[in-house]
Amino acid sequence: MSDEPIISIRGLRNSFGDNVVHENLDLDVRQGEILGVVGGSGTGKSVLLRSIIGLQEPDTGEISIFGERIDCATAEENLDLRRRWGVLFQNGALFSTLTVAENVQVPLREFYKNIDEDLLCEIATFKIVMSGLKAEDAPKYPSELSGGMRKRAALARSLALDPLLLFLDEPTAGLDPIGAAAFDNLILELKEALGLTIFLITHDLDTLHTICDRVAVLADRKVIACAPIEELLALDHPWIQEYFNGPRGRAALAAG
Amino acid sequence: MTVEADFIELEEGGERIMRFSGRLTIARIGDVPQRLSELPYSPARIDISNVERVDTVGAWVVHKLARDHGAQIVGASDHADRLLRQVSIADDPAKSFDEDEGRLHRIIARIGASTLEALSGLKGLLAFFGGLLIATASVIRHPGRMRFNAVVQRFETVGVSALGIIGLMSFLIGIVIAQQGAVQLRQFGAEVFTINLIGRITTRELGVLMTAIMVAGRSGSAFAAQIGSMKLAEEVDAMRTIGVPPMQALVLPRVLATTLLMPLLGFYSTFLMIVGGGLLCWIGLGIPPETFILRLREVVPMTDLWVGLIKAPVFGMIIGLTGCYQGMQVRGNNEEVGNRTTTAVVQAIFLVIVLDAFFAVFFSSVGWG
Repeated sequence: MSDEPIISIRGLRNSFGDNVVHENLDLDVRQGEILGVVGGSGTGKSVLLRSIIGLQEPDTGEISIFGERIDCATAEENLDLRRRWGVLFQNGALFSTLTVAENVQVPLREFYKNIDEDLLCEIATFKIVMSGLKAEDAPKYPSELSGGMRKRAALARSLALDPLLLFLDEPTAGLDPIGAAAFDNLILELKEALGLTIFLITHDLDTLHTICDRVAVLADRKVIACAPIEELLALDHPWIQEYFNGPRGRAALAAG
Repeated sequence: MTVEADFIELEEGGERIMRFSGRLTIARIGDVPQRLSELPYSPARIDISNVERVDTVGAWVVHKLARDHGAQIVGASDHADRLLRQVSIADDPAKSFDEDEGRLHRIIARIGASTLEALSGLKGLLAFFGGLLIATASVIRHPGRMRFNAVVQRFETVGVSALGIIGLMSFLIGIVIAQQGAVQLRQFGAEVFTINLIGRITTRELGVLMTAIMVAGRSGSAFAAQIGSMKLAEEVDAMRTIGVPPMQALVLPRVLATTLLMPLLGFYSTFLMIVGGGLLCWIGLGIPPETFILRLREVVPMTDLWVGLIKAPVFGMIIGLTGCYQGMQVRGNNEEVGNRTTTAVVQAIFLVIVLDAFFAVFFSSVGWG
């Protein structure tokens, strides 16, 4: 395993009209780590994610994933990159007209057209079970699932292609504390078993404490700090202090 | 060493051993799963020490082979071992796909289901109409609950914005009727009766009917889609919890708008059809506008206009009602919004035409033929 970062962002600038969201933003995600990204509402966490996965074209800046510049990549290379990462969107973004199993099969069918139907079903089923659902849930439609189950189904889809890199956008938002803790454990387990690198946007202080190796703090249009949580606590930035040393932050610290 | 996944069988100390090689990954697995499913013997051990790389799919294939034949897996690397453990935990024997029923069974079931759906759809529409009447009654008793802003806004989208397209359509239809009528009537030397044709068919039937079809396509579908999306986003539920009855806030303004605007749009459409027809008579048949109008006044009785204008609000109500009703029926997923929108338009146009037939019989029996 090399020390080359899996994702490397340099001088990123994003803006919507006059509203500059990111300016001169630098960030590295290392191999095999879980990087948490935090920031107040409107600091552009989701925009950052969207720029990395190519849904938002940045004004300027370099983004490299697996050592390849995504802005210079050809359509072919882009497709090849896409099969090496999985994305879990905030609300799951499951295709509502397909069953859970079919949702998981979508990326498989797209990239590997000659896999036979039986194996596809088996793969879908074990991915679904691996994500903490039951095999009986496979033929259900997303509208028949609870919020937590939908997140797990979406996780199963994002793991369909055995990605090396996983993007999670607020995976535990809207889950009850027990469900959220179970989801954290699941992510940690899968990370160990599958050797994933995880880019995680979250507001959940418990998640940050329990599973993140490093935390990047977005404020003032850039990453103001990116370090393990203990080091962040020592930093003298008003937002960081308020975030981690506020009442909720202290409770999570005591629990972690 | 090849990268494509492959396996060979060996005999070692009286045991059958299966040795995998290459990359056991989804991209490289090739026909291995198929060949494994047709295996004529049972291996005692599965050796994966020569495997270059393995992912969950490869691990699954190996795990399944070991499970089905009771074989032992040897030579797994740390990584492979972790993956194997992960997929064995995820091995759930429960049935995960619905079984297919027979084709005949499916056809009959589908016919039955759609029949029931059509019947319950009509029943639901009737119940919805009842609900609307109750909402109307409560608004009449408490006029303060009337949402005038919403109604006026609907007036604009249903009526004013539709003027252009309905006008153009009507004008062109007027020309077509006049032209086709003239061609036929010329054979009898009765070209002048083209004016009777235009005057009567547009005021009695076509003006209102074509407008109804246009409004159903423009506004009925929009109602279904708007309300349907609101249902999906739980906005309708939110309204209920705040204490705003959706019947009053969403449905009544829309139905009111189509009901009140249909007569106006219908009249406008009739007028433009006559203008179009008159223009063709002038240019094509050499009948000057003064003669056209004079003749029109002679042959078109006032009752013809009433026939058209009495039907219009009823059609408008049907269109608004089916649009809102189908919108409120949306649940589940986004495709449902599309389906319900289609149903709203089809149902509205169908009901309008059925009612039109009833009206035709009714008016001729009261002597307005």
